[in-house]
Amino acid sequence: MSSLHISLSAEPVAHIAGVTITNSILTSLVVSALLVAFALAAKASLKSSGKPSKFQTFVELLVETFRNMVKGVAESDKKVEIFTPVILAFFMFIIMNNWLGLLPGVGTIGFTEEPKEVRLVDPVHATEAVEATETKKSSQAEDVIIEEKSEQAPSEHKAPVFVPYFRAGTADLNTTIALALISVVLTQVYGVYFQKHHYFSKYINFSSPINFFVGLLETVLELAKVMSFAFRLFGNIFAGEVLLAVMMFLVPLVVPMPFYGLEIFVGFIQALVFSMLSLVFFSMATVGHEEEH
Amino acid sequence: MKDLAVGIAMGVGAIGPALGIGILVSKALEAIGRNPEASSKIQTNMILGMAFAEAVAIYALVVALIIKFV
Repeated sequence: MSSLHISLSAEPVAHIAGVTITNSILTSLVVSALLVAFALAAKASLKSSGKPSKFQTFVELLVETFRNMVKGVAESDKKVEIFTPVILAFFMFIIMNNWLGLLPGVGTIGFTEEPKEVRLVDPVHATEAVEATETKKSSQAEDVIIEEKSEQAPSEHKAPVFVPYFRAGTADLNTTIALALISVVLTQVYGVYFQKHHYFSKYINFSSPINFFVGLLETVLELAKVMSFAFRLFGNIFAGEVLLAVMMFLVPLVVPMPFYGLEIFVGFIQALVFSMLSLVFFSMATVGHEEEH
Repeated sequence: MKDLAVGIAMGVGAIGPALGIGILVSKALEAIGRNPEASSKIQTNMILGMAFAEAVAIYALVVALIIKFV
């Protein structure tokens, strides 16, 4: 019986021209290719007269639902036209990434590789190894190398490591931090676009000491938003992955089924929450401070 | 000791968000009962508030996972 394999960071599967491709990146690329193919197919099957096909009805349902949701939050039509594609893109990308991590074969088909000689060592053992080499500088070079290797040996695994080819894209913290940064930077861009330079009076405000302090707090809040977006999405999807792995390790047959249902639901809800929170922050950034009071 | 830390981190970290979500949903249900016409607006804002409250529980979970597996 093989042991449970859980790793916090994505493992590299290929090195192309000096760029390391990890299994999460591979899955995200597959999702992007699927989304582009879906968009092109939707455009090609567009018929403005006659009875629309089922595929076109489905795409229109998707776009209409999101447009109504955006219109409910941000009233003006100009804003709706600008926000809807971004919100829809966030939603489709995140939900496809979350759900693709549940397919059979993702996370289970892979290859085994031997661990390399240089591994991440505990800081305690590393400093011990360095001190050992320092004190033994007077002795011969071979002794130093042998001492170093034998001190690092207890903290290394000698067993081969299993590396899956595919892994859910959003189960990697890099992807979620990237998405969070895009969302928060877009908030600032929309704020400047709709309010010109009055937008920065939210952060730098010298009218009174209290307002200055509030401006500082708002700046810190923007950074906290990045962390909050990133960790919410990463935590939900990674925890779901770990939960499924542990459940299947314990009882492989019938018991994981409700957990699969939970994971499908959580994937949908997290995509919805990310899009709606982005939407709310966009519209809050473009409304302006004076109109709120 | 490490396993104890993992258990305590997740256990204590889930108390606050659970209470918060309970209070949030109870107030939302009261509001819907008082004004059934505004139910979809109330529901949207409730889901939004629940996402914020649940994120704190997820932070605790991430800390627990990092302690256990890294």
